[in-house]
Amino acid sequence: MSPAWAIAVPLGGAALIAAAGARPNLRETVTLSTAALLLGVVASLVPEVLAGGHPSAVLAEVFPGIALRLEVEPLGMLFALIASGLWIVNSIYSIGYMRGNREQNQTRFYVCFALALAATMGVAFAGNLLTLFVFYELLTLSTYPLVTHSGKPEAIAGGRTYLGVLIGTSIAFLLLGILWTWQIAGTLEFAWGGILEGRASNAMTGLLLALYMFGIGKAALMPFHRWLPAAMVAPTPVSALLHAVAVVKAGVFSVVKVIVYVFGVDNLAGMHSVDWLPFAAGFTIVMASLVALRSDNLKRRLAYSTVSQLSYVVLAAALLTPISIVGAALHISAHALGKITLFFAAGAIYTAAHKTEVSQLAGIGRRMPWTMGAFAVGALSMIGLPPFAGFLSKWYILQAAMGTGQTVAVAVIVASTLLNAGYFLPIVYSAFFKTGPADEQGHGHGEAPLPILIAQTATAAGTVALFFFPGLFLGLADRLAGG
Amino acid sequence: MIAHHLPALQVVVPLLAAPLCVMLRGARAAWLIALGVSWAMFIVAGSLLARVLREGVISYALGSWEPPWGIEYRVDLLNAFVVVLVSLVGALVISYSRESVDHEVRREQHYLFYAAYLLCLAGLLGIAITGDAFNVFVFLEISSLSTYVLIALGRDRRALTASYQYLIMGTIGATFIVIGVGLLYLMTGTLNMHDLAQRLPAVEHTRPVLAALAFLTVGISLKLALFPLHLWLPNAYAFAPSVVTAFLAATATKVAVYLLLRFYFTVFGAPLVLGEMPLPEILLALSLAAMFAMSTVAIFQDDVKRMLAYSSVAQIGYITLGVSTGTAAGLTGTVVHLFNHGITKGSLFLLLGCMAMGMRRITLQHIRGIGRIMPLTTFGVVVGGLSLIGVPLTVGFVSKWYLVLGALERGWWWVAALILASSLLAVVYVWRIVEAAYFKAPGEQVAKLREAPLSMLVPAWVLVVATLYFGVDTRFTAGVAARVAELLLGGFR
Repeated sequence: MSPAWAIAVPLGGAALIAAAGARPNLRETVTLSTAALLLGVVASLVPEVLAGGHPSAVLAEVFPGIALRLEVEPLGMLFALIASGLWIVNSIYSIGYMRGNREQNQTRFYVCFALALAATMGVAFAGNLLTLFVFYELLTLSTYPLVTHSGKPEAIAGGRTYLGVLIGTSIAFLLLGILWTWQIAGTLEFAWGGILEGRASNAMTGLLLALYMFGIGKAALMPFHRWLPAAMVAPTPVSALLHAVAVVKAGVFSVVKVIVYVFGVDNLAGMHSVDWLPFAAGFTIVMASLVALRSDNLKRRLAYSTVSQLSYVVLAAALLTPISIVGAALHISAHALGKITLFFAAGAIYTAAHKTEVSQLAGIGRRMPWTMGAFAVGALSMIGLPPFAGFLSKWYILQAAMGTGQTVAVAVIVASTLLNAGYFLPIVYSAFFKTGPADEQGHGHGEAPLPILIAQTATAAGTVALFFFPGLFLGLADRLAGG
Repeated sequence: MIAHHLPALQVVVPLLAAPLCVMLRGARAAWLIALGVSWAMFIVAGSLLARVLREGVISYALGSWEPPWGIEYRVDLLNAFVVVLVSLVGALVISYSRESVDHEVRREQHYLFYAAYLLCLAGLLGIAITGDAFNVFVFLEISSLSTYVLIALGRDRRALTASYQYLIMGTIGATFIVIGVGLLYLMTGTLNMHDLAQRLPAVEHTRPVLAALAFLTVGISLKLALFPLHLWLPNAYAFAPSVVTAFLAATATKVAVYLLLRFYFTVFGAPLVLGEMPLPEILLALSLAAMFAMSTVAIFQDDVKRMLAYSSVAQIGYITLGVSTGTAAGLTGTVVHLFNHGITKGSLFLLLGCMAMGMRRITLQHIRGIGRIMPLTTFGVVVGGLSLIGVPLTVGFVSKWYLVLGALERGWWWVAALILASSLLAVVYVWRIVEAAYFKAPGEQVAKLREAPLSMLVPAWVLVVATLYFGVDTRFTAGVAARVAELLLGGFR
């Protein structure tokens, strides 16, 4: 099957959702069936990719010699599987959340969501830098109405930061890097081993890498991370799928892709001008964790945790060994499952109890055992404990860091594990073992609506399942690292 | 038989249709004539371009007086492309104009309006198509004088001062141009551009020729609103009737840019202009100043028409920047941005005209919440705004792509960075419109509005769709532009 269907399906879905706007039940049915169909399309590509094939499709030739072209390689396959699989779960969750909170403009919400998924698929399957850039920008634009969904002043302000940082970095740095690459390499097509080898000097490579790393603002490398906490004004399903999975993973996915397919791992390993990257990533990991530690707002704490975890992927890619590339690819999926669970739980708490701050959560575990159970699973996976997916990817990254003798990287991982424990475990502890204020004992709120529970249980189970059955993802990651 | 005379018909038909409008006097009749002529001119322009692409340069001797004694109309790829842009915008603008002009211009002036429009069209097409330097001046005056009238027909009384301002500035510009042409005639004894190009190399280092270059540069820069000679433009765009603003923004400055390219590359030749004179440096400095200063000024405008007018001056900076690089990619950027910016701004001003049906002034306060009331109009404005920013899949991205490549090819990496950085200023002013239109609660006046009639929406949206279509399929636009750039640098003499 042509990978173009992975973009066509959600686009068509968006049109149908808009057409079905007046009938909410039909509209949600369309969303769910589009999501299921998309997963089917994506999954149908897996066997060929695992066998070493690269299904491709040309969409249009924009400039002479540079087409909008899709080509499925292992990393994109992995990212697309995660994003499309979680879209189904997230759609179930959205139904519970949006109806439970009586949100306005739900049709616009579902339409933009489908458009965002189409853009995500385009990023995942991009065959060259131009295609990647085009869909990267479309992803920013299609998620803007979701971030500003409520239309309140704080949403508009959040939207400004969101758009300003993402569009700003991508036009000022990323596009410049792409055009410069075209200028010196004469091609923008992704090729394993890189297209810049032997064409860019040491200093030039360092500068180009900086343009890419900071230009891909969605990877939230400090100091261009502010958009992510700003995006938390969005309804929780948006934060869950887009700002824990699709958008941010599009960022780190692009980072890994650029390092593997544009610069080439071996090429970079010989350059000293790129040694700053592990430090930049390590700095982001530790600083973002420290901010998370001090945030009382739950979604803000989760957002800073995401900033920190994203830089794990950047750090892993920057270690420039095959095993660290496997770790980077695995962490994309492991973090996706864990963090979406955490956001689902945060949204469940908001829907059932209307609480947003960490300090309000004492004793809530007794009234919402399923929710806080799922939260605990997600938190433990973030910390990196077995038997959760987070352990797996951290293991690979740590192994690579030790193997390359990068003591700084090792120290960063250890420190951040402690910090993760420091800002997640107290939440779990107080939810289950402390009692809330007396006056609230009487007001009984129970668990969140059923669709929410189904969704968060599913992703929590997925976090465990990925630990025990990593075969598919490991296979794809191995293919990526091995060429 | 008639195919042979197409170059002449391109100019003569609208020129003769104008007095016909005046004689008939009926508002509806005048509109119908303008409509028919505009579409016919688009067809003529299209077939001329097709013929140039097929057979190469067309030389047409007006009245069968052989060049270089008679006036020659010389159609090559560059001016065929410009003629297509002008006539396409003209046809769409006139299709759109009926309701808008009914609303904004007093009925007894309608026939004058359409007559002036036809004269302006004839003038612009004439400038583009003629191969005679003095004939350029004649058509320039025809188009300028009719433009002054068109601007003055705006319903705001300040339209009169805007028109007067433009009259003064425009006349100075035209005078400079005629002095330049006179000096060239003095030194070579010919007015035919093709002939001038043959004879100039012998005398190109003499002071009168260099003075001619300087006079022409300043004169044309006034007409194309190169910073800091743009002072006439914001008021003219802001107070002219909506239809006129759209037409002028998409065509008038573009034709002036064409004229600059024609004199620089065909008459004087790239080696003299870009190699020996310090013109690239001057153009680069002024272009960068335009991009940053005018975009910044645009950010602080509350009147949307005026905001987009300043944006136009900034965008002209991009166009002249491509010239200053002197590279194939940069010139491709210049030529393709002529077209791309023409259709983008054309669509934007037409859509603002839709909004103007219900409000006298279009300020950020007036358009609050209009996104819900006029969804199609507002969304079109957003698409046009994205193109101004240079978001991929819009034409603005295609232009920026080539301009940045041109700067990189020249080794000006800092200019490349500045081009992209200046796009971010566009994000700010475009997003001021978006936030006002979508996130503010509609006021009483806006709540009473309705979506514009289809007769206006369709032509405007044709341009909006073109903005998107040519952002993906660039074979026509960038393809022709790349060939033109090659010809320009090869000095097609």
